[in-house]
Amino acid sequence: MRRAVKFGVVIFPGSNCEQDVIHATRLLGYQSEYIWHGDTDLRGFDAIVLPGGFSYGDYIRTGAVARFSPVMAEVARFAEKGGPVLGVCNGFQILTEAHMLPGALLRNRGLKFICETVPLRVERSACQWVDLAEGAVVNIPINHNEGNYICDAETLARMEDKGQIVLRYCEPDGTRAPGGSAPNGAFDDIAGVCNERGNVFGLMPHPERVCDADANGTDGRPFFTSIAALLAGLAG
Amino acid sequence: MARYEIFVTYKKGIFDPPGATAERALANLGYDEIESVKIGKYIQLEVADGPDALGRVREMCDKLLANPVIEEYRIQADEKDW
Repeated sequence: MRRAVKFGVVIFPGSNCEQDVIHATRLLGYQSEYIWHGDTDLRGFDAIVLPGGFSYGDYIRTGAVARFSPVMAEVARFAEKGGPVLGVCNGFQILTEAHMLPGALLRNRGLKFICETVPLRVERSACQWVDLAEGAVVNIPINHNEGNYICDAETLARMEDKGQIVLRYCEPDGTRAPGGSAPNGAFDDIAGVCNERGNVFGLMPHPERVCDADANGTDGRPFFTSIAALLAGLAG
Repeated sequence: MARYEIFVTYKKGIFDPPGATAERALANLGYDEIESVKIGKYIQLEVADGPDALGRVREMCDKLLANPVIEEYRIQADEKDW
């Protein structure tokens, strides 16, 4: 019998969403285990998740210190070999600091910490973590102070071309407001991006918080089920 | 020992939310002459003497103290006591 897909959830000092990811992935029937940021052995894991939180107190810049944790060199190697890596919120910030994803995350435009469920539009992308139809709208909570995505125009054009824009903030009907729909001021309403290959994905919203039907809804499930289905297909 | 002061600011074209807020606040206080405010970081380093000290400080900035995607920095050697 084929074993279940196994997620590894990295804990940095200051991570605080790792239990949510463990709960969500186990609820969906997968295996998942914690990985301490000082560990360097990723053998046995099929996908790696960098969870949300405030690694190293967000000092210097969000994610700037965590990207040098011992585990990160292994996560980079894992990704280079095509292994799927997901960064949620602080995990996304760590991936941009590690230059595993383009751009950077600045302080929210309104200087306010934002905690609310927001509509997101699924774009046509190369991302292996999403198998939803282009234009689908999912409602997922955001919970951050530095989610204001920025990159230069040249990078944006390249990402559009390669299908690296995965999710955009939008209005409830999936349209984008002329003045922008991003509550945090993100450039071009960008909420989530992937690398060219599509195996490394970072997003500010928290899909793991909307996987349990008894709490908040299930709009976050497709992100975990699609990568698991892909991995199972590869193994099968 | 050498002392270095490092000034980290956003690159041109990168929106600086705290700077923009200070800019509006100063204008609201009646300082009509305000054209722009940028808020950055100031870092003091004390470094043991050694070969290529400045080069290594630059490396520290590129690697950790500043993010070249969004920020630029200026290093100033400082003689005075802190």
